[in-house]
Amino acid sequence: MNAPSSRPLSPHLSIYRWQPHMLVSILHRITGAGLTTVGLAVLAWWLVALASGAEAYAAFEGAMGSLPGQLVLVGLSWAFFQHLFSGLRHLVLDMGAGYELKVNRFWAVMTIAASVFATALLWAVLKGVI
Amino acid sequence: MGRGKSASPLAKVRGLGSAGEGGEHWLYERFTSVALVLLAGWFLASLVMLPDFSQPTLVEWLASPMGAVPMALFVITSFAHGLDGLKVVVDDYVHEEGSRIGWHFVLTILAIAGASFALFSLATIAFGA
Repeated sequence: MNAPSSRPLSPHLSIYRWQPHMLVSILHRITGAGLTTVGLAVLAWWLVALASGAEAYAAFEGAMGSLPGQLVLVGLSWAFFQHLFSGLRHLVLDMGAGYELKVNRFWAVMTIAASVFATALLWAVLKGVI
Repeated sequence: MGRGKSASPLAKVRGLGSAGEGGEHWLYERFTSVALVLLAGWFLASLVMLPDFSQPTLVEWLASPMGAVPMALFVITSFAHGLDGLKVVVDDYVHEEGSRIGWHFVLTILAIAGASFALFSLATIAFGA
């Protein structure tokens, strides 16, 4: 198992270069963690506030309507779309497809393009711009 | 659990490698993710189609079966999938076994508490208390 081998070693950290696939991989984890912590907390707060009467819901609306609140919601929606598209890409990769270098890179870039576009579209619709 | 070097090739193939379990977890991750594609899609589409986000509008929506049932499923599935994901992250970065189990315990408690609050609130809305 530990015998010397002539097989190539993994690239060392010093010649490590960021690539779209690596960025999308770590973004999948970061967006998933963000959605679970911040996203599910907002979801639970929303439902509890809805069930707790007008005053509680006004407090929720006030927080989410503020600038920081809106930024959190925009961030959550982007995180959702990024995790969704990246997750769909993973389901395709699970089937053994899409590992060719250019194809893999292309769909990694597309998950980011699609998440940014979907986030912009969602908020344009929500804000009545479209 | 120290099975690594002594495991036979057959034991590794059967999923008794470093994770200590088989492919069920891998499938569970995917089942909940595919369910969430549908449920989260339903959630976003519903929000977009609502006339406004006032409390009476939202309560009326969530009190109907077509609002309450998918929302309950969305809450359960998203907490389950999110807890599962965070536990995988812990498995990857927390190497001391006692801390790893401790993190799993804390995350599980928080997820069950959060989902319980969300579901009870939803039931309160749906049954019109």
